[in-house]
Amino acid sequence: MDLLQLVALVLDSTIRLSIPLICAAMAGLWSEKAGVVDIGLEGKMLVAAFASAVASFVTGSAWVGLCAGILASLALALVHGFAAITWRGNQIVSGVAINMLAAGLTVVLGNAWYGQGGRTPSLEGAARFGDITLPFARWTREHVPGLGLLYDEVVSGHAVPAYLAFLSVLVTALVLGRTRFGLRIRAVGENPAAVDTAGISVARLRYAAVAICGLLCGIGGTYLATAQAAGFLPHMTAGRGFIALAAVIFANWRPWPALGACLLFGLLDAIAIRLQGVTLPGIGLVPVEAIQALPYLMTIVLLAGFIGKAAPPRASGLPYVKER
Amino acid sequence: MSAAPVELPRWADTALVPLVSVVAALLVAGLVVIGIGENPLEATALLLRGALGSAEGIGFTLYYATNFIFTGLAVAVAFHAGLFNIGGEGQATVAGISAAIACAALGAVPGLIPGFLAAPLAILAAAAGGAFWAFIPGWLQAKRGSHVVITTIMLNFVAATLIVYLLREVIGKPGSMQPETPDFPAGAVLTPMHQFLAPVGIKLPPTPLNTAFLLALASLFAVWLLIWRTRLGYAIRTVGANPRAAAYAGISPAAVTMIAMAISGALAGGLAVNEALGVQHRLVLDFTAGYGFVGIAVALMGRGHPVGVGLAALLFGVLYQGGAELSFDKPTITRDMVVVIGGVLILFAGALDGLFRRLVAGALRLGESSS
Amino acid sequence: MSRPAAIEVVGISKRFGTVVANNDVSLSVAAGSIHGIVGENGAGKSTLMSILYGFYEADAGEIRIAGAPRRVRSPADAIAAGIGMVHQHFMLVETLSVAENVLLGAEGGALLKGGLKTARAALAGLSQDYGLAIDPDAIVGELSVGLQQRVEILKALYRGAEILILDEPTAVLTPPEADQLFVLLRALKAQGKTVILITHKLREIMDVTDRVSVMRRGEMVAHVATPETSPPALAEAMVGRRVLLRVEKQRREPGPPVLEAVGLSCRDARGTETLREVGLTLHAGEIVGIAGVAGNGQSELLEVLAGLIQPSRGVIRLDGQILTAADRHPARLRERGLMHIPEDRHRSGLVTAFSGAENAILGYQHDPAFRTGPLLSPARIAAHAREAFAAYDVRPPDPALKTAKFSGGNQQKIVLAREIERQPRVLLVGQPTRGVDIGAIEFIHRRLLALRDAGVAILLVSVELEEVMALSDRILAMCGGRITGERAGEVADERDLGLLMAGVTDEAA
Repeated sequence: MDLLQLVALVLDSTIRLSIPLICAAMAGLWSEKAGVVDIGLEGKMLVAAFASAVASFVTGSAWVGLCAGILASLALALVHGFAAITWRGNQIVSGVAINMLAAGLTVVLGNAWYGQGGRTPSLEGAARFGDITLPFARWTREHVPGLGLLYDEVVSGHAVPAYLAFLSVLVTALVLGRTRFGLRIRAVGENPAAVDTAGISVARLRYAAVAICGLLCGIGGTYLATAQAAGFLPHMTAGRGFIALAAVIFANWRPWPALGACLLFGLLDAIAIRLQGVTLPGIGLVPVEAIQALPYLMTIVLLAGFIGKAAPPRASGLPYVKER
Repeated sequence: MSAAPVELPRWADTALVPLVSVVAALLVAGLVVIGIGENPLEATALLLRGALGSAEGIGFTLYYATNFIFTGLAVAVAFHAGLFNIGGEGQATVAGISAAIACAALGAVPGLIPGFLAAPLAILAAAAGGAFWAFIPGWLQAKRGSHVVITTIMLNFVAATLIVYLLREVIGKPGSMQPETPDFPAGAVLTPMHQFLAPVGIKLPPTPLNTAFLLALASLFAVWLLIWRTRLGYAIRTVGANPRAAAYAGISPAAVTMIAMAISGALAGGLAVNEALGVQHRLVLDFTAGYGFVGIAVALMGRGHPVGVGLAALLFGVLYQGGAELSFDKPTITRDMVVVIGGVLILFAGALDGLFRRLVAGALRLGESSS
Repeated sequence: MSRPAAIEVVGISKRFGTVVANNDVSLSVAAGSIHGIVGENGAGKSTLMSILYGFYEADAGEIRIAGAPRRVRSPADAIAAGIGMVHQHFMLVETLSVAENVLLGAEGGALLKGGLKTARAALAGLSQDYGLAIDPDAIVGELSVGLQQRVEILKALYRGAEILILDEPTAVLTPPEADQLFVLLRALKAQGKTVILITHKLREIMDVTDRVSVMRRGEMVAHVATPETSPPALAEAMVGRRVLLRVEKQRREPGPPVLEAVGLSCRDARGTETLREVGLTLHAGEIVGIAGVAGNGQSELLEVLAGLIQPSRGVIRLDGQILTAADRHPARLRERGLMHIPEDRHRSGLVTAFSGAENAILGYQHDPAFRTGPLLSPARIAAHAREAFAAYDVRPPDPALKTAKFSGGNQQKIVLAREIERQPRVLLVGQPTRGVDIGAIEFIHRRLLALRDAGVAILLVSVELEEVMALSDRILAMCGGRITGERAGEVADERDLGLLMAGVTDEAA
């Protein structure tokens, strides 16, 4: 295998591994920009993965699965909103609750319905999102040396939710930066009182952001169960929701850098998988765990202010209470 | 003003509100049971019989409760200092690693210390490991301003990868494919309760219940003393309620943050004491099994008070043991149902506390006006 | 009257639980005038304005705008009715630009681009009309407080406000900034806008308003034309009886110096110098008062002397001994007899979630008298509190009661009892009577004077100039972190101190 081929393969798996991270990171970005801290990204992706796998299996359509995944994730997002916005509850506590609820409920229901210890039956054919080949992929591969191969392997050949994930970054950046809605979201996460006195409903804005968060987690979870894998496995999100959270922090709550952080973390994951069991000269057996722990360690170092300064939205995590 | 927190009488605040949220959480669980086509009353009966219907069941129940007392106290102590320690899992993991290393050292050099000191030393090693892993986020918050919530989450994952690596490469059983250590030296492990009580004529069926349970009860009392009867506890509560007032009173919020986190981590280490030193007698992967997260539910339900934590831990012990028995009889109801109940309870007793207080206040007022 | 009143309030009442914040309040503000509303803290001014701005709905009463009854149930209603509000704590988003802040809520379309263009043009126009020059692309958090206030005013004007309400606008301004604000308010009036100015500073009322209304304990007690009244008359209306400007006070020769500060400087987290080369000497048996507009370094001075923040330069001597960094710790200083009644009891003087008894030992929790063996003794702590509460007439005298449930005056008495009972030799006192009822004020003043007579050295910081003048043997004026002058207590007059507080030093004069 020549080097280019290897690079293309690693980049391709980087993209695949990054997709759920990107969705969840954009989800977290919306929620936190509006001032609602969400450590329940993990749980929302998990229920979405489960619901999409079940719905796809029952109907045989991955698209129905996507809708079901989004609805399930949205439902949990609204529970979080109800606790955090309407009842001004502790947002961290609510996030922990949602993660536990999702972890338990998916296994209980999966086991009750399919009796395979929480797994759902394998998805085949139209029940999965297949890879789509972009126009000219084959042609460029043959006719454009180097870049053609990369286009075919890395850019082309992903499932629909993957392209939705990338689209979500573009939309997030544009809407947050250039629209009325985006301005209000940015304002409500920094100083909700300013939004309130401008005659805009703080609760409505925050609910909208939380709902968008649910929608994006739904896409991410659906990708896991119906594109990356062929069905639901218990605890299949495996901490991706938290890595996404780390990516948001790493990117200082900005969409494009968050995409970069997700791709970086995806790349680390791809490298770790490739190096599993590989002995390198001078190092010996590669301690893959060290690579896997890197995103978490990097986030800790960043938060400690050793590199740069984290600047979260000022009102994030704080319920809005009108002052007399 | 509608946003003002509801004022309730003390008994309602400390007992009635948590009770109502537990009942509500169990009702939600009942709905899930109905949803999967089973009879919730029958399931409850099976669960209670499994947990409390026999001496063996009670032994298992108390064994599980031991875990929850430790993790619940860990969360509660941090709460009093205004800190949210979600890192119980990671701290217990490192506590287990630390205990395993201590045991390995004891095993490698027999006669290093007198035999009767081996178990206390292993327990101390566990506590120190947990304290160290919690001290890191405490230090980061106190000195570098990074929030413990995020750092404890991240350190959970770091600990999870660390134990995989160590069990495979460093402290694992040579030649074994299982991610586990060799058995600990006999002197370093804790006595099962049925053996411990046999000399005084009390006969118990063999269960995993061991002397770590007594340590857990002692911890309940020690935490009560610490929080309400010592100057450190006063300092912890002051920092938790009003850090500026603490600074004014000459108490260093930074120091208290680090100390409280270390104590919290040491308590989380109790989980490793019960599981590794008390039951498995070796370190296995994933021994924390989510007990650390359930500790959050236990602390919230117990309102951070050791009595409440003890009761809540007992409830979860019943649910765990009863749930295990239940899933034998009803394979459709897995033990993950307890995780569901835990999640709902955290939501009700924690995040939706305001709603439940309002409901209870409404009900009380109704009672007053009708009487 | 040719024009109907710009805004008219008839019989407004509002209660919060059992507290009556506004009781049958009526007010009429003539169009194109500047109308002042004065009253003590807690007199109900802010509640009334919050009702006008739709933050709260009144329990009873009516609001009329330009003669027509109007329901104002939300800020959106208020904006639509042409009411703009400049809050005491600015309602700005610090990370956004000036233009984005002005646009928020009045974007004029789903996309920002068009709105931003309009806003820029409008800002340029407003800048010209009122001399409010400001860069629309500047990030608000990087602007000075005075400029931020301009952004607030621009926000209101951009929304087409005809009636502008300003809540304590000068509390955060330097005297020159305040003067600029008044110029602006007159310009707004000249353009036909109506201005409502809420303040408790009588000088401002006399300077800039056409008419003034006085509130006391939730009720309107007087409406007068400004030229027909005087500060003493207004003060009397505010307080409800003639203010005792001089407390009975014996002249006393001060003792030896106890606390000295030389060249104290201090920086805040942003690196701004909050104290500049402050020097002062406190003698036994004297009260030294600090006069100054809030935010001119008084708080920092207290905190540095109390060991809560570290100075960047300078020396502090206690009993002639230089205090090292280790000495400058609240606990060490308490041991040496330097006690501190902090400016804001809720923020730092008390833990409101604790019982009264637990607060009565805050800062003295290490005293062995509160322990049996190594453990704290609730019985001893409660007994100590009962004694202290009786001596200071804290009501109710219940040590188990949660501190949040005591009234403001009783909370302050708990702090006072705690610090004074310890027999201080130096007492640092910040805002001793803030939010405290009249009876308690007299009690506190008498206690402070008794301490002085007993030989305690007292440093008094208060934003109430009258309080400083009534109690102090010597008065130091502060401005911009500096001490701008010193006056003997007997000879100080308000006008003279006002100049010093505005930064006109003796050397310059």
